[in-house]
Amino acid sequence: MRTVSDITALYTGPQVHRDVYTSPDIYRLEMEHLFANAWVFVGHESQTSKKGDYFTTQIGDQPVIQVRHSDGEIYVLFNRCPHKGTKIAIDRDGNTGKFFRCPYHAWSFKTNGCLLAIPLKKGYEETGFSESESAKGMTPVGAVKNYRGFVFARLASDGIDFDEFFGDSLSSIDNMVDRSPAGRLEIAGPPLRYMHKCNWKMLVENQTDTCHPMVAHESSAGTAVKIWKEMGNPEPRPPAMEIIAPFMSPYEFFEKMGIRTWPNGHGHTGVHHSIHSDYSAVPGYFEALCEAHGEERAREILDENRHNTVYFPNIMIKGPIQQLRNFIPLGPNKTLVESYIYRLVGAPDQLLSRTAMYNRMINAPTSMVGHDDLEMYERAQEGLMSNGMEWVNIQRLRTGEEDFSEETVENGTTERQMRNQFDAWVKFMTVSMEEA
Amino acid sequence: MAVSKEQVIDFLYEEARMLDEGRYDEWLALWLEDGHYWMPLDYKQTDPHLVTSLLYEDMFMLRLRVERLNGARTFSQKPKSRCHHVIQRPFIDEMTDNRVVTNTSMHYVETRLDEQFLLALTAVHELAVVDGVLRIANKRVDILNCDAAFGNIQLLP
Ligand code: FES
Ligand SMILES: [Fe+2]
Repeated sequence: MRTVSDITALYTGPQVHRDVYTSPDIYRLEMEHLFANAWVFVGHESQTSKKGDYFTTQIGDQPVIQVRHSDGEIYVLFNRCPHKGTKIAIDRDGNTGKFFRCPYHAWSFKTNGCLLAIPLKKGYEETGFSESESAKGMTPVGAVKNYRGFVFARLASDGIDFDEFFGDSLSSIDNMVDRSPAGRLEIAGPPLRYMHKCNWKMLVENQTDTCHPMVAHESSAGTAVKIWKEMGNPEPRPPAMEIIAPFMSPYEFFEKMGIRTWPNGHGHTGVHHSIHSDYSAVPGYFEALCEAHGEERAREILDENRHNTVYFPNIMIKGPIQQLRNFIPLGPNKTLVESYIYRLVGAPDQLLSRTAMYNRMINAPTSMVGHDDLEMYERAQEGLMSNGMEWVNIQRLRTGEEDFSEETVENGTTERQMRNQFDAWVKFMTVSMEEA
Repeated sequence: MAVSKEQVIDFLYEEARMLDEGRYDEWLALWLEDGHYWMPLDYKQTDPHLVTSLLYEDMFMLRLRVERLNGARTFSQKPKSRCHHVIQRPFIDEMTDNRVVTNTSMHYVETRLDEQFLLALTAVHELAVVDGVLRIANKRVDILNCDAAFGNIQLLP
């Protein structure tokens, strides 16, 4: 049994104990506490745009269904039959019509989870069934919020509310959605699904790790630059140069790009500029955005080139290219990464085509960039088993005690955002734990 | 000058052998400059542009991919991966004097360290006959379980 003080002891500020990445009991506690108390990403509303549309996923290790009910609202239900536990929806998505019907004994449920009918119902007369938990139907999660199309849920029925949990970090979602002339995003096809034999937090930390691209990705980004030079620097540059080459930017570029942290573990790289700042303009897009918002506002939206925004605990979004990566924990040393892309409704197709290109070049199991990242995570997961040292160092640019309840902007190579995540990790791990 | 069915089949077998033996310079030389190597993400995917694919690579990307494999700081290739194609006799779906379309079933094995995995593939080659010589105009490789979650696939299926 781990107590609150055991959990608190795993993170000291400059260091974090390796158990957070390797220990099966810590993983179990994360599923029980952290993923229940935090607001976790479920899906995008456009994945369930019509009544009866559903989509299956996980919140931590909990199988859930996102479904559009007959009242037009999105519900998130545990994917479990209240009779004997059978998963109600097995496929990744579909349309169930007006109700779900369990394939085992045909109990049926409205799309908000309420029990609709049971065959041969008289078998439950005088059994006290109506008092049972099962009579309520499929269990909804504690709370659901659809924020500008992004659906988040909190499994626990009580806890921090959505606005307090995310605070001003929602500005990154705002910027991504505001880039659509229609103010709306739409899912574009299925996600890349990439299996990693490492702890989910390594992936989340890496999103704001600005000291690794020029090292780990030298083999792809450096080679791209080299080949382009050998070709005599042709213009327009090959698309790979626009997407991959900025990973080779010098340390100074990353230092100056800045990192912002918000309370509760959220933060982003690319405060002042980013690797997404110098993409070529797409004809017709700026005009469409000006028409929707006016020129001044359109410029303001496009001048924001945030790189990676981490929403604690386990997603990252890239506003300038309309991408979301979901780091789904499957075990202490196993993580499924799903990388989604979205269409900016009302914008030219060419933008979506660049987004799709970015996704496959950087985040596919076949991506040269992804290969080196995965290699680093898996080496770290194995290396942490070494008893030579028990602690992981995250103290870059930490010069004293830090207050994570304040929003700050710092040098872009700080590891403050990783520490911010662990500060939130301790908070949401322990908030529902009993003191020993 | 038209090519024979047998020449087409030999060409496809030879291409697979080049990949298995890592003879990438020869392999790149098979391609026409504006060709694309496409590996869809979705079963029966029709569009390479507006949804994600696993690969949709032009010659710049293919050159980069091949050159990277031998780089001194290519960490995910230390040690190197190896691959192996077992191919079934190709179907020749279309054949004119300067264009041939084939459909070939393959089993692809890739290995590195203690890991090895198997993919079942269907490769559709669009070949061009240029000056009497077969070249790859485009290649599409569909993985049977394209929608499954994979670890690294580092070589070219
Ligand atoms: S398990 Fe679902 S109806 Fe019996
Ligand atoms: Fe990386």
